[in-house]
Amino acid sequence: MNTMKKILTAIVFSLLNFYANAQTSVGAQPVTTDLMRSNGKILVVVAVIVIIMIGFFGYLIKVDKKLTKLEKEGIK
Amino acid sequence: MLRAYWWKILCVVLMMYVCTYGFYVEVPRLDDRMQQTIRNFFFHVPMWFGMMILLLVSLVYAIKYLGNPTAKNDFYASAYAATGTMFGFLGITTGALWANYQWGQPWSGDPKQNGAAIALLIYLAYFVLRGSMNDDEKRARISAVYNIFAFFMLFPTLWILPRLTQSLHPGGQGSAGNPGINGKDLDWRMRLVFYPAVIGWTLLGVWITTLKIRLQILIEKHS
Repeated sequence: MNTMKKILTAIVFSLLNFYANAQTSVGAQPVTTDLMRSNGKILVVVAVIVIIMIGFFGYLIKVDKKLTKLEKEGIK
Repeated sequence: MLRAYWWKILCVVLMMYVCTYGFYVEVPRLDDRMQQTIRNFFFHVPMWFGMMILLLVSLVYAIKYLGNPTAKNDFYASAYAATGTMFGFLGITTGALWANYQWGQPWSGDPKQNGAAIALLIYLAYFVLRGSMNDDEKRARISAVYNIFAFFMLFPTLWILPRLTQSLHPGGQGSAGNPGINGKDLDWRMRLVFYPAVIGWTLLGVWITTLKIRLQILIEKHS
């Protein structure tokens, strides 16, 4: 459980890198000040997809763990 | 492979990369109709690549079953076929949606669309066949033989027949006759997302399949 949490945290933090990159490019354009409203609001779509993917992967990992537990302990 | 988890982490990382950078990468402006929808290339096309790989694995286990008839080989073959078919349905649905905006209608009888539909119906028959038999051994043997037939039907329906006529798919105009996009023509920036997308989506398919197999093995043990 702890290793998976560590891995997930590592993934989430590595994703922050994209926001950092986006930040620098936004700074170059004086018109848009809001990160989420830049680039034709494509980041809103990205955020939606990221939430969906995190949800799906979380679910998948949960089912995976439950199966592993059942395999180890057997069905009671 | 069933319980190792390094490739699951790889899958999550690749999918997160595709689902973020895939929207951010600069894509070539092809025409006024295509615009940004070329990004579907990271989502629609890997469905078909993933389907081919998953169904190929299913075929391998079907052949293995005929040589070594164990319940395990049958579980593997049927689970990979199920996920592969699901990928195919997602591919055909996303294709219809994209086609609605690119070609004007969701279904234009494009040879590749028709071929894909036939291929998927052949795989649906595989599950009908499996469901129609109660004897485990008989079901496994007959479905393994049918699986081999179904896989090789993918070649005429997806790879050969659509290439004999003009297709709306890229590369299908005039004498080119190739409805799949030509690897050489793909923009290099898009390649940086496309190949990881193929690996990521395929690994996701494998992951779901292994869960299905493990569940099946558990049920078998318990019954």
